Amino acid sequence: MDAQGAERPGTKPSPPTKARVKNRDFIGSSPITPYLFMAPYLVLFFTFVLIPAVFGIWISFHNWDYLLPGKPWVGLGNYVDLFTPGSATSGDFWQSMEATGKFTLYSVPFLVVIPLLVALILNQEFRGRGFFRAAYFAPYVLGVAVVGILWRFLLDPNVGLVNYYLGKVGLPNDIPWITQLPWAWVSLVGMTVWWTLGFNAVIYLAGLQDIDPSLYDAAKVDGADRWQRFVNVTLPGLRPVLLLVITITILASANVFGQPYIVTKGAPANETRSAIMYIAQEGLRNFNMGSAAAMSYVLALFLLLISVLNFVLFRRRGD
Amino acid sequence: MAQAASASKRAGQNPRQLLSRIIWYALLAVLTVVFLAPLLWMLSTSFKSRPESTQWPLTWIPHEISTEGYSTIFNTTTQTPVLRWFLNSVIAASGHTVLVLVTASLAGYALARMRFPGRNFAFALIVGTLFIPQFVFLMPNYLIVDYFGWLDTLLAVAIPGAAGAFGVFFLRQFFQSLPKELEEAALIDGANRFQIFLRIILPLSKPPLATLAVLSFLTNWNDFLWPVYVLISPGSQTLPPGLATLNAAYNTDYPVIMAGGVVASIPVLIVFFIAQRYIIEGVSRSGLKG
Repeated sequence: MDAQGAERPGTKPSPPTKARVKNRDFIGSSPITPYLFMAPYLVLFFTFVLIPAVFGIWISFHNWDYLLPGKPWVGLGNYVDLFTPGSATSGDFWQSMEATGKFTLYSVPFLVVIPLLVALILNQEFRGRGFFRAAYFAPYVLGVAVVGILWRFLLDPNVGLVNYYLGKVGLPNDIPWITQLPWAWVSLVGMTVWWTLGFNAVIYLAGLQDIDPSLYDAAKVDGADRWQRFVNVTLPGLRPVLLLVITITILASANVFGQPYIVTKGAPANETRSAIMYIAQEGLRNFNMGSAAAMSYVLALFLLLISVLNFVLFRRRGD
Repeated sequence: MAQAASASKRAGQNPRQLLSRIIWYALLAVLTVVFLAPLLWMLSTSFKSRPESTQWPLTWIPHEISTEGYSTIFNTTTQTPVLRWFLNSVIAASGHTVLVLVTASLAGYALARMRFPGRNFAFALIVGTLFIPQFVFLMPNYLIVDYFGWLDTLLAVAIPGAAGAFGVFFLRQFFQSLPKELEEAALIDGANRFQIFLRIILPLSKPPLATLAVLSFLTNWNDFLWPVYVLISPGSQTLPPGLATLNAAYNTDYPVIMAGGVVASIPVLIVFFIAQRYIIEGVSRSGLKG
């Protein structure tokens, strides 16, 4: 980003040799050279990003059953169905949207606050800091599949490690972590925090290290204690990073799929079946692709609105 | 502040400071246990017999080491050929990574260093797609991959993901930060743009290329949702959808399931501990992955 301004050709007076170079540049490389460099990526980009972005909308305007030869045009029918109570898809869809909404609501506060605390700890200077940073980040490099099967075992109500140690410290040792509410939510949120905490912490840590140390010194001279320094120096300095973390965490949580897919399988009674679980199942298992495509655009629109809102709120309070 | 605090800590060792240091390291230790214990538990369980894996009081070190879990998953004649999945994952993730490096570096270089009509528009368009949520592509890309006849093949998991804009954006930013003088000197010596790219730019770009390679490999290795739906037959799966299959097939035979988890984790943990710097710096500097 910062290099952009300095690199603009032609903004600084070019010495004669540079002019010659530019000339040679022009002669030596034909005008199609840039396009040859771009071509391999553009082929991928057109095929798997640009075309599908438009094609997806087209699909959503049809009753697109992958397995049937005819794919009748239904216009906005799929969208209308989603907003018509009692239609084939609307009940299940909104239940899954609610599940995603709940997961986002329950997980984001923990995923924003706990990593900040961990980052504040890791921002101190002490021996072995690199080791601890790596240890806290390690779960993030595992895939959701590993995390899912591991936590299904840890949370097994009868033989799991979590209930075992709860019993050891005198708490109930038969909590139905996976099969009943609210425990299923606690489980899904807890394993997500364990899994992705390191990612947010590392982003915070970079933000903390960007804060000008002289601000802390100045605050100290003014007699500010630790808490006042945190509120008046650290938090304002972290504003942009906080906005980034909140936004990407909301988006990541709204994309939840693997944890409920593997651990709760949507139980109890589809209460934890997330929107993406339902969309994928409807479109790629039952092959109601038109309807599923429409759902994915509705969910995308929700996420867009939330991101914009988030951005606007943060802007307001800042200036 | 941090430096000053710890310097004074080291200088004066009165009992109160010693105590606060002990509390400090105790806190760190508790956090470390919380993060690492589940991984050790997975490893420990994978070497247990089936009865021992579910018995209370639980044992951290198996009374008797059993390799039953591993021999079950390494049996290739079952519906859960974990070794085959492992190989599939290696092939898909490696192919994906090479494709990302080649296409993103070429395009990133053109966008950083060449002037051509449509450049700014192309860059804006490419970066703009970073903001489209991935699930929007599920239905259309399923049909496109099917149209190419790639369903149930590793091509379906290696190639479409390489169209993501992250690599292009990431490398373009780096290329722009390189000094131009070397390229200009090479141009005077009569080198063409491709030679410059190959012999000057790429060797100067090893750290960002390594970062991108590691992040691409990990992302593809761990990818779950897409392979669950595009890889159908048991033999064509990669590890993540395979683990879900294993999990369902062996239900409470935890040594088998945990052995599968260990096999899927070891490569990424090795990559992580070797390339930790690249991963953590890549994540924290971009903040775009995720």
